[in-house]
Formats: sequence, C-alpha cells, structure tokens
Amino acid sequence: MLDIKNLHAEIGGKEILKGINLTVRPGEVHAIMGPNGSGKSTLSAVLTGNPAYKVTEGEVTFYGKNLLEMSPEDRSHEGIFLSFQYPVEIPGVSMVNFMRAALNAKRKYYNQDPLSASDFLKLMREKRAIVQLDNKLASRSVNEGFSGGEKKRNEIFQMAVLEPRLSILDETDSGLDIDALRIVAEGVNKLKTDNNATIVITHYQRLLDYIKPDVVHVLYKGRIVKTAGPELALELEERGYDWIKEEVDNAK
Amino acid sequence: MKEQKDKSKKDESIIKDATGGDYKYGFVTDIDTHVIPVGLNEDVVRYISRTKGEPEWLLDFRLKAFRHWQTLAMPRWAHLDIPEIDYQSISYYAAPKTKPSPGSMDDVDPELRRTFDKLGIPLEEQMRLSGVAVDAVMDSVSVKTTYRDRLAELGVIFCSISEAVKDYPDLVKKYLGTVVSYRDNFFAALNSAVFSDGSFVYIPKGVRCPMELSTYFRINAANTGQFERTLIVADDDAYVSYLEGCTAPMRDENQLHAAIVEIIVEDRAEVKYSTVQNWYPGDKDGNGGIYNFVTKRGLCRGDFSKLSWTQVETGSAITWKYPSCVLQGDNSIGEFYSVAVTNNHQQADTGTKMIHIGKNSRSTIVSKGISAGFSQNSYRGAVKIAKNATGCRNFTQCDSLLLSDTCGAHTFPYIDVQNESSIVEHEATTSKINEDQLFYCNQRGIPTEDAVGLIVNGYAKEVMSKLPMEFAVEAQKLLQISLEGSVG
Repeated sequence: MLDIKNLHAEIGGKEILKGINLTVRPGEVHAIMGPNGSGKSTLSAVLTGNPAYKVTEGEVTFYGKNLLEMSPEDRSHEGIFLSFQYPVEIPGVSMVNFMRAALNAKRKYYNQDPLSASDFLKLMREKRAIVQLDNKLASRSVNEGFSGGEKKRNEIFQMAVLEPRLSILDETDSGLDIDALRIVAEGVNKLKTDNNATIVITHYQRLLDYIKPDVVHVLYKGRIVKTAGPELALELEERGYDWIKEEVDNAK
Repeated sequence: MKEQKDKSKKDESIIKDATGGDYKYGFVTDIDTHVIPVGLNEDVVRYISRTKGEPEWLLDFRLKAFRHWQTLAMPRWAHLDIPEIDYQSISYYAAPKTKPSPGSMDDVDPELRRTFDKLGIPLEEQMRLSGVAVDAVMDSVSVKTTYRDRLAELGVIFCSISEAVKDYPDLVKKYLGTVVSYRDNFFAALNSAVFSDGSFVYIPKGVRCPMELSTYFRINAANTGQFERTLIVADDDAYVSYLEGCTAPMRDENQLHAAIVEIIVEDRAEVKYSTVQNWYPGDKDGNGGIYNFVTKRGLCRGDFSKLSWTQVETGSAITWKYPSCVLQGDNSIGEFYSVAVTNNHQQADTGTKMIHIGKNSRSTIVSKGISAGFSQNSYRGAVKIAKNATGCRNFTQCDSLLLSDTCGAHTFPYIDVQNESSIVEHEATTSKINEDQLFYCNQRGIPTEDAVGLIVNGYAKEVMSKLPMEFAVEAQKLLQISLEGSVG
C-alpha cells in the first residue's frame, strides 16, 4: 500500500531524511526504531504532509497515488492516520464536535451524507469502549487538561473512529505508565485487520511486547540502516544503539 | 517542494475568496424612498419631529441636544483612524414611501416583506421561530412589529419608539435620556437631535417576558445615516431577553450609524441584551462600510437588579462602542460578554464600563478579540468603584487572538477603586492561532478553513454560550464566515 523511494526531506534548510526506502503491505506491522534525532518523527510528519517540512527528493505512493501531491486532509481521507507524540490542546472545542467535523469531512470526500446525530453518538460510544475512554473525556475540550495517558488513549480512540488503512504511531509509548500502555496497545491490536497496516515509531522495545511487529527497521542519520525480524528489537533492547552506530559510521 | 508551493497558493486563494466581499446581506432593495435633502440644521430637526407628529417636549429635547452638539467636536481618543466626516453631506431621514403601520401585516409593502424574508427575518408571525417577537426597522422607520397583541395581554409593551411616543408618552418622557443624557458625548448629542426609529420595551412589575424580543435594523437608502434609539424598561421583578441584529448593503462610500440604547432595570429585575452586529464591513481594501458609533448603557437602579450585555461584533468598518452598566442598586449585577472580530482593514475600539455605586454590586467582563488581515482591534474598559460602594467585586478577562502578522490587538483597561473592601481582578492573554493546532485538525481530515472556524468558535465559546439558543448557531456561522481564509 505504501511505497517510499529515496525520500529526502529538510526542515529550516537542514536535511533530516537522506534517502528513505520502505514498502508496507496490508496486514503488516512495521516498527521503526532508532536513537534520538535519527529522523523518526520527521518521517511521520512528512508522510502526513506537515507544512513545516520540505520534501527535496524522492517519491511516496499510497495505493498507487502520489501522496506528496495531496493536502494533509486528503491524505487523512485516503486513510493515513498519525497518532501524535504530543497531541495538541484545542480549548473550547469539544471532542464530540471535533470528531464530528473530522468524520463528516471524510464522508464528504467520499460523497456520503453526514452521519445523523444519533448514529454519530452511537459510533462514539462503540469506539470509546475500545480504549476504555471515559464519557466525560469525550465531552471535554480536545486534549485540554488530559493526562499523558488520556491523551494517547484519545489518539487511539480517534483512530478507531476514522478507521485508517495505515496508522502511524509516533512514540505512543512515551509518557505512559504500564497500565496505560497496555490499554493503548490492546486498543491498537483490536483495530488490526488483514487490510490495514501499522507503523510503530518507538525508541524502546517495551511497546513491541504488546504490539508485535512483523518487521523492525533501524533509522539512523536519516536512513534505514538495518531491517530484520522482531528479534532485532530484542537485540537493540539488550545492546543499545551504539553497535549499529559504529557499524554505519565505520562503513563510511 | 511542489506541495509547499501548492499549499501556500491554495491558502492565498482561500484568502481571496473569503475577503473578496462574501457579505451575503449586501443587496439593495429597490423601493421608493423618501429621503430628505442632505444637511443638518434646526429646520431638519424640526422637520423630523413634525413628520413623526411629536409633542412639544420632545421637539425641545431634540433642539437642546442639537444646540449642544454644535458646541462639540468629534472624540478622537479612541485607537481609531476615523476619516473626517462631513455631517452636512448626510441625509438625516429616509423612509420607504409606503404608509408605515407596523400593526397589520396587510399594510406592509410586499417589497419590504421580501427584503426581510431575504435577510431571514420573515415578518409573518406564523413563519417566525416560535418564541421570538421582532421589530423590523428599515432606514428611519419601523416596518412591522410582530406578536404585539400576544405580548399586550401580559402588559408587555413592545413597539417602535415613534409609536411609544404617541401611545405611552408618560413612560417615554419619564425614562428617555435618563441613562444616556444628550450631553453625554458627541454621538449621543447627535442621536438625541435626529433620532428616528428604534424599539421601546416595557415589562411591567413581576412579568417574565415569555418570548425573546428582537429588533432588526436594516440600512437601505444611500447617503443616509441611521440614528436609532432603543429604550428598555424592566420594572420590579421583571425579566426580558432582547436581541438586536443589523445589516446594510455593500457600498463604496461609508455610512454613519449612531445609535443610543438605554436600559433601566428596577428592583430584582433582569435584562439580557444580546447583539449580533453584522453591518457591512467594507471591502478587502477598506473601501466603504458602516461607521458604527454607538452609545449603549444600562442603569441597574434597583437593588438586586441584573443587566447582562452579550455582543458578537463582526461587521462595520469602524466600531466605537462601549455597552456599560451603572450599578446603582445595592447587590446589583452587571455583565459584559463580547466577541469582536476584525478582518481586512476593519477597526474596532470596543469594551465596557462598569460603574459600581451600590454596595456589594458585582460585575464580570469577558472580552474576546479576534484580529486578522490588517485590522486593528482594541479592548477599552473601565471599572470604577465609588467610595461608598463597599464590598464590590469585579472580574475582568480580556483575551486577544491574532490571525495574521499585520493586524493589531490592544488592551486599554482603566481601573479606579475608591474603597478598601472591594476586589478587582484583571486577567489578559494574547495568543496567535497555532500551526500545530491547524495541522492536528488537517491530519484528522478537517480542512484549514473549517479548522479555523472550530478553533475560533472554541476560543469564543464562553461568550457564544451566553447568546439565546435561537441565535447561537447563526452567530457561530457568522464568526466562521467573517474569518474564512484569514489564516495564511
């Protein structure tokens, strides 16, 4: 579904991604690991069209369509979802209104009528259960006053409502205690089908105990320097990143 | 790279679309209108009074005001760049040439009826949102007041001020000019001299007005000014919720609107006054638009009386407006909730005055300014607590949201507390619309325009939630339309 070829991107004139190649097929879970500053979050920002980043070279197709030409909202409609590392607060905008705007924008894209209020509320109730999100949270303003764990659960809740084809989880484990981590991971696993795929961006192995990857990539200095099975994550947990850094830096 | 360019190009075109005059009330009604020649002198004042068949005391009031006005100069203290206004080039009276008889539907000119239909203000009672009575004013006269009979059964008087002068002269004489004296300021003096129509509301003792009362002001004729006057009296233990709306055609020249609203609130009575101000704001280059120079003030004369102002200001080229409360009664309450939006070259200097005279009186001010384009948006507010007004409280919250790098937001709070037992709090914030918020919305599939609408409505929610239900939805849409595409 997703084909990334020789992707280069920069922010403020500084090149961060230096030739990424990656193919993701339906049903797969990819983990992207790597030391701080290696470009993991930049990759998620570029794939979702964050205007702060500039693509300088390469191509990205999503189900054959040129992703880089699409607006951020069209990428969302096409089925790309980002669970943000730092979900933003939008004061005064209730989660209900926010999600209704999001869902109806998507339905409009596919020439469907907006959901009726009762169908929408029913959908919200169903999806809330997946991440055990409190009814009260759903009626509060978007992320305002949410704890770290609540924010991440709220991201997965939105993912459940929008039913993306490709979900990118950017450091979803950061700032979570072990109980919250389990709830979030269980939510992600419940949403998993043979037709959708997940890219898990993480620094640590911990999250991968709950969300089992098919493939693990290591990103370092803007390139994918190693790709292997789930055992690679365990090895990284044990040995850290230094040996990979050395391998790459010495190869130069 | 390409994507970046496309995005900025798209934003630019959104801005153009939105600011290219998407004002949907800008049409002109083609109706035969009697407009008196331009210019202002005593004869014009006498003519207006005679045309309206006014009693001698009202003509005297007008003439005193006019003579006083001649001694005044236009105020220049606001943070506004007001071009020189030639008061001799304005016509001070314009009336559609049909016999105005606001009582009966059959007599309303079909063209006028169509105009108000187009504005979403149908004058047929069965067509109205149930629970809202309307007084429709075009240029200088009231066209129609709905539900008068039903209200009259409760003793509620709701009619045009011209009719009130004829039918209830004692009431009008007792209250007119008691809250806003003709000596108050330049525009108040001008209004007192030449005011034409507006609404009169009287809620008798102990009556809770069962429906929203509203006045809809429409400027139609060219080269005229609108000088309406509204007087609302809530007697002991009465309650009324009143709403005012306004629009005008799109024209290249500026038009003057200088109104006075006076409100008197007696013992334990409560008045809620809401405004959705959508006068034509001028085009994207700042040509045309209404000058909205308005004096609004309420006197909380009774103990435990309460007055609440809510305003959503999106229109007008220049706004100069400070709806205020004189809290004379002990334990009286004054509130001011405001959202003021300025875009393109609009200028607004708006706020409130809370004058605490009664003991233990309380006031709340919540002001939300939203500026975009090249506009200037100022909050100006005064809180005064008199020496004998012990135990008073005021809380002021004053927020500004900036949507461009070329607009200005300013805050001018004046605080004067004369005793030790009163508490005054003031909080202020300034923020820019946040790109992270916009991207978050975009990622969830919400286009930038809608995202701005959501974020701005969220920001203004505290004020919007004070509007009567029937109008809250309209006002939310208006907020969104006024700012469409203003984030680049």
